[in-house]
Amino acid sequence: MTAFAARPWIWSWIAMAAVWGATVLFTGGASAAGVTHAALTFAAFSVMVGIGQMFVITLGPGNVDLSIPATMTLAGTLSLKAIDAWGGGTLVGLGVSLLVGLGVGIANFTLIRALRIPPIIATLSTSFIFQSTAIWANRGIRIKPPDALAGFSTDMTLGVPNVAWIALVLTVAAWVLLERTIFGRRVLAIGQNMRAARLAGVPVDGVRFATYILCALLASLAGFLLASFSGGAALNMGAEYLLTSIAVVVIGGSSVAGGNSNVPGIWGASLFMFLLVTMLNTYGLGAGVRLILTGLIIIAVIVAAGGRTRTR
Amino acid sequence: MKPDSLRVLIPALSFAVLLAAVFWLQPRAMSYLGLNLLFNLAVPIALATIAQMLVIAVNDLDLSIGTFVSFVACVTATFLNDSPVLGLAIFAAAIATYALVGVLIHLRELPSIVVSLGMSFVWGGLAVLILPAPGGSAPPWIRALMTAKPPLLPMAIVASLVIAAVAHLIVMRSSFGTALRGVGGNARSVERAGWSVLKLRAATYALAGLFGVLAGVSLVGLTTAADANIALRYTLLSIAGVILGGGEFTGGRVSAIGAVIGALTLTLASSFLTFLRLSPDWQIGAQGAILIVVLAIRLVLNRQERRG
Repeated sequence: MTAFAARPWIWSWIAMAAVWGATVLFTGGASAAGVTHAALTFAAFSVMVGIGQMFVITLGPGNVDLSIPATMTLAGTLSLKAIDAWGGGTLVGLGVSLLVGLGVGIANFTLIRALRIPPIIATLSTSFIFQSTAIWANRGIRIKPPDALAGFSTDMTLGVPNVAWIALVLTVAAWVLLERTIFGRRVLAIGQNMRAARLAGVPVDGVRFATYILCALLASLAGFLLASFSGGAALNMGAEYLLTSIAVVVIGGSSVAGGNSNVPGIWGASLFMFLLVTMLNTYGLGAGVRLILTGLIIIAVIVAAGGRTRTR
Repeated sequence: MKPDSLRVLIPALSFAVLLAAVFWLQPRAMSYLGLNLLFNLAVPIALATIAQMLVIAVNDLDLSIGTFVSFVACVTATFLNDSPVLGLAIFAAAIATYALVGVLIHLRELPSIVVSLGMSFVWGGLAVLILPAPGGSAPPWIRALMTAKPPLLPMAIVASLVIAAVAHLIVMRSSFGTALRGVGGNARSVERAGWSVLKLRAATYALAGLFGVLAGVSLVGLTTAADANIALRYTLLSIAGVILGGGEFTGGRVSAIGAVIGALTLTLASSFLTFLRLSPDWQIGAQGAILIVVLAIRLVLNRQERRG
């Protein structure tokens, strides 16, 4: 059991493998390649927002970014609009989406700091404003991404979807950032005890500021890629990522109370969440039953992985 | 001044500022009919906010309240209308499920965020099974209750006052309420004082379920029909209402009266926008802006209070 205790992410990988097996066996193995490809593609978007949310949640109780869906929508809308208006292709889109992320991160943390309100409420308030800006910019017109960009986001390299490669690179970077840099150690220290961290000389505000910007940057990148992947930005494109981003962090074995996080679990949980829906679809169940089973299985996984003591 | 009264005073003041702004924009709102329109949808939101406040008081968070209220609304518009006994039995089972969730969270020390996230799928799925398409109809008695016209003050205000008073008595005045807030403050010392934290958490969740049921029933009394997505936004609204009402996420520091005021403030904010004749594009954004302004007012008042 010590191996399990040291690797809280292992449960999400076990659950993911079980669901993958159940899906592939049901179709007699015929769907293995297709299911895996789809899972890698869609999990990639959850992984990107999940990493950002993980860093934020690591900061401690009350730290959650609820503006991720609105940020994705805003970045997706504005970046494709910019490409359409100015030309310049992928780089312009990427630049605009990252600028959106930077702006969102600054706005979020300024509000948290200036009004001294819980981040949940601050990011909820700003998300309304971002969503409105996206509605205003969108005007109901769906701008298609340029062919090169659409092609890149749907293509594969070496049998793995390009978006999954991007997510993989970001995952490795996030792992290094969390486990091997001073920044990561400081984020963990703040999550374990903000007061102690401050007394120990950690620049608490600076680290929190950087963390919210990091989260917003990842969300806007995910929004840009998702809009390119799905042939244009839609106003509700981020909606499902609100709960998904939180779920993948916690199912992945990171502590929801902060201060204790891990990166590999996010991949396991993201693949699990997608495969779960695929499995229930494969079994041909109705929407209602599918939702109920999704909920019960999420609870079952967290009960199986639970038993870790709450620190607060 | 006692900290508890201060906790209510500041939300009440920021509510008054917003109300004054509404009256200034639209003086005709200052009437029985106007107030009724302004606060029409406040009752279900206030009840859902109380449910959320109870869960927050024990340091948990309920992400399933929105889908739960939707589920209750679907049951109200179908089973409770057609065969009241079956409808009430479903509600009893739903409240028992809420208590069970509390027990599960406590025994296995699970993060409430994830368990309630899972439950939100379960309630949502059940709601879709009951009402795959919008429909059903409200039982006549709840329709009559919600549209009643009491003298002096509109129903929405009277009901909000009653909700605030009842919730205040339970949470602030009863020994159960004190122990409940104690669980949020220091669970171990409550345990040492001879209370069972397990039973307290189960009772808290059951009570939250009961308020959720009341929210769903009263919502159908206003809308006359239900659908599976009718109250999804209540999850975020109820959390915002508790915080606007001076509650905190940890430490059992909540206020029942404040929570109702918070819910009223949120209702008022969306009514306020219809008076501004704002472009529909910016309706949601303005709601966010109002939330920020109200919190800014709270900060300013807080500071002056500390200085004075």
